[in-house]
Amino acid sequence: MSSARKLPAILTELCGLFVEDGSYTLAILIWVGLVGFGRSWIRGRGAWAGTILFMGLAVILIENIVRSSRRKTG
Amino acid sequence: MIDWGHSGPVLIAAFLASLVEFVEALTIALAVGVTRGWRWALIGTGAGWLLLILLTLGFGPTLQLVPLATLQIVVGVLLLLFGMRWLRKGILRAAGIIRLHDEEKIFAKQTKAMGTAGFGFGPAAFDGIAFITTFKAVVIEGLEVVFIVIAVGATGRMLIPAGVGAAAAALIVVLLGIVLHRPLARVPENTLKFSVGVLLSAFGVFWIGEGLSLRSSGEDWAILALAAGFFFVSALGVVLAKRHASDEVMRQAKGRNADEFGQETPGDSN
Repeated sequence: MSSARKLPAILTELCGLFVEDGSYTLAILIWVGLVGFGRSWIRGRGAWAGTILFMGLAVILIENIVRSSRRKTG
Repeated sequence: MIDWGHSGPVLIAAFLASLVEFVEALTIALAVGVTRGWRWALIGTGAGWLLLILLTLGFGPTLQLVPLATLQIVVGVLLLLFGMRWLRKGILRAAGIIRLHDEEKIFAKQTKAMGTAGFGFGPAAFDGIAFITTFKAVVIEGLEVVFIVIAVGATGRMLIPAGVGAAAAALIVVLLGIVLHRPLARVPENTLKFSVGVLLSAFGVFWIGEGLSLRSSGEDWAILALAAGFFFVSALGVVLAKRHASDEVMRQAKGRNADEFGQETPGDSN
């Protein structure tokens, strides 16, 4: 394999460390982005600030699990 | 003095993640060593290790030069993506939606492939296939370990506990490999991946929160609270996935029965 063809293979391998289901990854990134965007409002929620970030991720995880289990058994 | 509220989870996360990855690398190294001889299998493994150590030594301290808030957000997001990917897979495996990782099967497949492969390239004394296969296996599996050690270690200035966790896992796997000379099929790999997914996701949320200055109550102990939260949500995920899978099977069975009934109906009416 030439080095020009090796590079995309290495990049795919590296991407695979973080991405498996594109929509799942995208949802996580969007939620983190939204929390970052609204951080001044979220900071005002005191001890709940971290919980807000966590709760969104919990919803994303559960939604993906339900969708994946439907898709894989369907 | 070591703060176990913080370095304990770092050490455990690095240890468990490394254990999973080293078990996978050991399976391939054993298959190559058994079928093609140990010399080039061990040299390939050693070369892979060397590259991983150089990467850790190179990237670890360099990352500490990046402004802390930026580092926390970037590493936090990467840890979150990595952890939640493992968590998703662990949940789907625990629910029986996707197959469990089978080290015995992988070992048999790899042994068969190695037995039929030629010597490849280079001088006769050099077994390129054995070298490249073990080198690639160690580097690919080890890259995940390097990422975890650097990510959980560098952001909290905890590279030493993270490195100790990974080194302990490597030592255990290597010793077991030498003693047993067979793949470690009894390691509960999915449970380990599930646990690591929980811990890394918790670290990810914690570091993103720190980077965005979303101070949580309890400071470093918040990591344990987040891990408990992710564990609870994942356990719920397993229950929901099992229920959806069984509902789907029932629906398909009903559909098949209805089809058969529908085909018999005209005959019955005659």
